[in-house]
Amino acid sequence: MNAGDITTPKLGVQAATKIYHTASGDLLALDRCSLDVKTNEIVSIVGPSGCGKTTLLWSMSGLHGLTSGEIRLDGKAITGPHPDIGIVFQEANLLPWRNLDANIRFPFEIKGEKPDRAWIAHLLNRVGLDGFGGKFPRELSGGMQQRAAIVRALALKPSVLLMDEPFGALDSFTREEMNRLVEEIWLDTKTTIVFITHSIEEAIFLSDRVVVLSARPGRVAKEYRVPFPRPRSLEIMATREVFDLTNRIKMDIVGERATPKAEQQRTSAEIVRIRP
Amino acid sequence: MSDAIPEFSKAKSGDGQDVSLTNLSAFASGPGIQSGKEVAAIVAVAVIVIGGIELALRLFHVPLYIMPPPSSIAYALFDEFPLIAPHLGYTLVELLSGFAIGAAVGLVLAAVITQFPFAEKIVAPYILLLVTTPMLALVPLLILRFGFGYTPRIIAVALAAGPMVMINAATGFRRVDSAKIALARSYGASTLQIFWKIRAPMALPMILVGLMIGAIFGLLTAVGAEMVGGGFGLGNRLTTYSSMIQMPQFFAVVLILSMLGILIYVLFFLIGKKWASWEA
Repeated sequence: MNAGDITTPKLGVQAATKIYHTASGDLLALDRCSLDVKTNEIVSIVGPSGCGKTTLLWSMSGLHGLTSGEIRLDGKAITGPHPDIGIVFQEANLLPWRNLDANIRFPFEIKGEKPDRAWIAHLLNRVGLDGFGGKFPRELSGGMQQRAAIVRALALKPSVLLMDEPFGALDSFTREEMNRLVEEIWLDTKTTIVFITHSIEEAIFLSDRVVVLSARPGRVAKEYRVPFPRPRSLEIMATREVFDLTNRIKMDIVGERATPKAEQQRTSAEIVRIRP
Repeated sequence: MSDAIPEFSKAKSGDGQDVSLTNLSAFASGPGIQSGKEVAAIVAVAVIVIGGIELALRLFHVPLYIMPPPSSIAYALFDEFPLIAPHLGYTLVELLSGFAIGAAVGLVLAAVITQFPFAEKIVAPYILLLVTTPMLALVPLLILRFGFGYTPRIIAVALAAGPMVMINAATGFRRVDSAKIALARSYGASTLQIFWKIRAPMALPMILVGLMIGAIFGLLTAVGAEMVGGGFGLGNRLTTYSSMIQMPQFFAVVLILSMLGILIYVLFFLIGKKWASWEA
């Protein structure tokens, strides 16, 4: 499902440039990176390590300022964290001194709002965590922690969900389970999702569109549409189409990584190299 | 913007470098007593050790003024307790009030100073000086200025406990987990909310360690100050009994002081178990 046809993108990244001032000099992390995410779309961002994926996501969330460029949510530039944007962090990021209920209550506490109990109960049930409210994060498996983190991120009913390599620390079976869960939740809520991952398979399984970032400084090198209908089954992952797509994306990333000079201008066509 | 580069895949700051309360649990009910066999073994060893000391002291006719046998210490503890009890009260008053003042000031300073890394760098050497200087050394001076009452002792206890609380609490407050702060900020949390909801709970285990060390240093300083001057308190009893060569009574007071120390330890251990066990 490609919910295009809407003129204003849900989330628009326009010529985003980010320079980090570090002790060892300035670091150009993002260089005029532009990307539009449509309403209800799931977009995955993949790219070589250190290409600025997380920086891009943090900028989208408003947690980071940009050196230049703009992030627009529903056409309006955002200048800081926005209540309509939920984030799922790497490694769950639950507060270890709070039990699961209290962790999920956390966003409401910060906002000074009353928790929406019915919605939370619905979400907990959706991710299969009912009855675990009194447990502390250390008592839960990695997958369960990440489920709780997803519930927390959705608790305030954001219209955009940003996920920063959420399942990177999980084993591959749990990861597949979580991927199906994300799709289920998406079918349920139709939340626009931007998903950062190292796993090309995960990106293809989940996304309407896979965006490949170039090596640092990050910009959009390539984009691929993933045309499979939803709900997707794991069987599609064994098809020729997915196999080919996976390899093309892999080649893009390998090519990006092989480029010696980061500053060098490049088009993705020139730099695809065959892996030895 | 000079934001830090987000890098969360690395081990979080603070992991593994802190003394966690539960790790201090070497003997305070750490593993928990499991079976009657263990209880029997503990009792048997205690009997052998104490009985052995008793036997050896009597066998070798060690004079009372060098080392009184355990039985006479136990007797003195019960016999003299009504006379010692008020002094225990005085010492507790000094310890509790001095500790309360010192800990409060230390906690506030730690919370404030860690918010301003630049100021922290400037203040750090003085804090270190306060931590490393034995505050007992100041007691004669304090007595000159404030007389032989409670005041110099309470000041000494506060000066001993405060920096210990502060230096540990500051370590706790400095444990910045940028991912957790980012989480709070993503919901629009204010600096104050980030402090109370993220920094303070994260610092709690280290704060408790600081409070425990501070309390024990406070006890040492209270007793020491009492030994320097003034006519009351457990420290004063120690000098009095030793000058009268009443060694069983002397050791009875030492025993009470040990119990106080253990009580402080167990108290904070239990608080830590209740409020900071997530750290384990």
